[in-house]
Amino acid sequence: MTIRVLQPGLFTTVQDRGRYGYAHLGISPAGAADGMSLRIANLLVGNDDNAPGLEMTLLGATLEFLETTTIAICGADCDCRIGQQRVGANTALEVPAGSVLRCGSTTGGARIYLAAHGGIDVPRVMGSASTDVRGGFGGLEGRRLQAGDVLRLHKSGARRSPRLATGGLGFWQRSGPLRVTKGPQHDWFSAEAHAQFLAAAYTVSQQSDRAGLRLTGPPVTLRESKQLLTDGIPLGAIQVPQDGQPIILFVDQQTTGGYPKIANVIAADRYRVGQLRPRDTVRFAEVSIGDAIEALRAQEHWLKCLADGGD
Amino acid sequence: MKIIAGSDSSLLVVFGDAISSAIEDRVRGLLYALQAKRDARISNLHPGYTSLLVDFDPLAVSHEEVAAIIESLANLPCSPVVGETKVVEIPVCYDAEFGPDLEDVSACTRLSVEEVIRLHSASSYRVCFLGFTAGFAYLGGLPEALHTPRLATPRGAVAAGSVGIAGSQTGIYPTQTPGGWRLIGRTPLRMFDPRARPPTRVQTGDRVRFSSIDRAQFDRHWQAGQ
Repeated sequence: MTIRVLQPGLFTTVQDRGRYGYAHLGISPAGAADGMSLRIANLLVGNDDNAPGLEMTLLGATLEFLETTTIAICGADCDCRIGQQRVGANTALEVPAGSVLRCGSTTGGARIYLAAHGGIDVPRVMGSASTDVRGGFGGLEGRRLQAGDVLRLHKSGARRSPRLATGGLGFWQRSGPLRVTKGPQHDWFSAEAHAQFLAAAYTVSQQSDRAGLRLTGPPVTLRESKQLLTDGIPLGAIQVPQDGQPIILFVDQQTTGGYPKIANVIAADRYRVGQLRPRDTVRFAEVSIGDAIEALRAQEHWLKCLADGGD
Repeated sequence: MKIIAGSDSSLLVVFGDAISSAIEDRVRGLLYALQAKRDARISNLHPGYTSLLVDFDPLAVSHEEVAAIIESLANLPCSPVVGETKVVEIPVCYDAEFGPDLEDVSACTRLSVEEVIRLHSASSYRVCFLGFTAGFAYLGGLPEALHTPRLATPRGAVAAGSVGIAGSQTGIYPTQTPGGWRLIGRTPLRMFDPRARPPTRVQTGDRVRFSSIDRAQFDRHWQAGQ
C-alpha cells in the first residue's frame, strides 16, 4: 500500500510519539508536536497510537493514494478535499485507490495529522520513526517530504475502529491559558517577575519552529545577572534569555542549554504548544505538580477509553 | 547533592555550582548507575556540568520514588569502575577557510595564529558531557591562554565538523546548526552517524586530542568518509 506525494506542503514530516533514551547523546525526542492529534488519528484507523503518521505544518500536502486505504485527519482546522468532496476531521474514512487528497492551509491551529491504516513504513532509528530534521535521520531519509516521494504503509490486519461520540473530542481541545509548573531556576526570578509572567499576554513570533516558540511581550527580568552552567532542559521548558523574552522549548529542542528556566508547560498541555502559530496570543497559569499529573492521568484515561471503544 | 523538580515529569539532581572534574565524576557516576538499572519508567538522562536531569513517566513512577532511587545510587561509592579512559584522536585542518575566527582568537589571546593552533592541538581534553544537539561534545581543559568569548552575534549556519572555542570550552559541531562559537578549524570525521553503534564518535568521559592536518589530508579523509 503506497501513497505518492504530489505536493509536500510547507513542512511535512513523518512522526510518531518520539525517540526517548538518547538525550545523553544530545538527541531530542522529536515526535509529533501535537501528540494527542496523532494518537487520536491512529486510534481512529485502528493503529497502535505510536504508529508513524504525517505531520503537516500550516499548509498541508497533496497526496495520491495508489491503493484503497483507510485514513483519519486530526489536529488543526483545515479544508481537506478529495475532488470536490470535503474530508471531515476526527473520523476514519476509506479512500479509494487513485484518489487525490488535497489539504489546504490551516485556519485554527498550526498542524494537521494524517494517520493511515497500518502506519507509514519507514525504518526505526534508535527506536523511533520520527524525523529529526537537524540531525538528518529518522522518518523518510531524515528530511521533510518533497514532491515525488513514495510512502509505503505497513500491512496490517482488519481494522478495529473505535466508536467515537462526536462530543467526546471536546475534552482535549482545551482553550485558556497554558498550564505551567515552576521551572528548576524559578527562584532566579523575583515574585514580581513571576506575577508579571503569569499576568502577561505573549505573542508567538515568526521565529518559531519545532525546537522552540519565541514569544514577545513584557520582558521577564532576572533577580540578578548571573550565568547558568549548561544543564539539562526538560521537555516544554520555558527559558528566559538575557533579553527577557521567553522561549517555550519542545519536541526538537536542544537537550541542554545555558538559560534559566522560569516555568515548564505541563505534560497534559504540551500538545497545545504544537498547535500555536505565529501571532497567536499565549497566557500562562501556574498549577502544582500534583494537579499537572492529575490532568495527565485524566487525559490518558480518556484516550484509553477511546482506544477501547471498538471492542 | 540537591534534588529539585524540573517539571511534572523530571527531577534535576544538582551536585554543585562550579565546574570541577570531581563533580563531573559524580554526574557521570549517577548517569552510568541509572543507565545500568534499565528502568523503563525513566525515559531520558541529560548530564550537564554539575547536574543530571532525569526525565520519567509520572504516571508510572512518582517524583518521590525517583528521588529515592537517585538517593540510593548517589550514596554508592563515587565513580563506578569504567575501565581505562578512551582517548579519541580527532584530525583537524586549521586552514583559514575552515577557521574564519583564527585571526580574532589570535588578536584576543595575543598569540600568533601558529601558536593558537599549536596550543589547541597540543592539549588533551575531557568530554564533560554530550548535549545541545545530536553528538555535540562539551570539551573541558582548553588552555587558559586560548580562552576567548563567543561571538556577539551567532552565525546562522556553522558547517558540520567545525571546531570552535567559547570561553573556557572547545567543541565540534557534529551537524550543520546555528552557532556562536569562534571557529578555528574543521575535522573531516563524521562525529555523528545515526546508523553507527554508538552513534556518536566520542562518549561522556572519553578524552580527546586534536591533531593538525593539512588541506590535502583533510580532502583525502573527507572523500574516504563520504
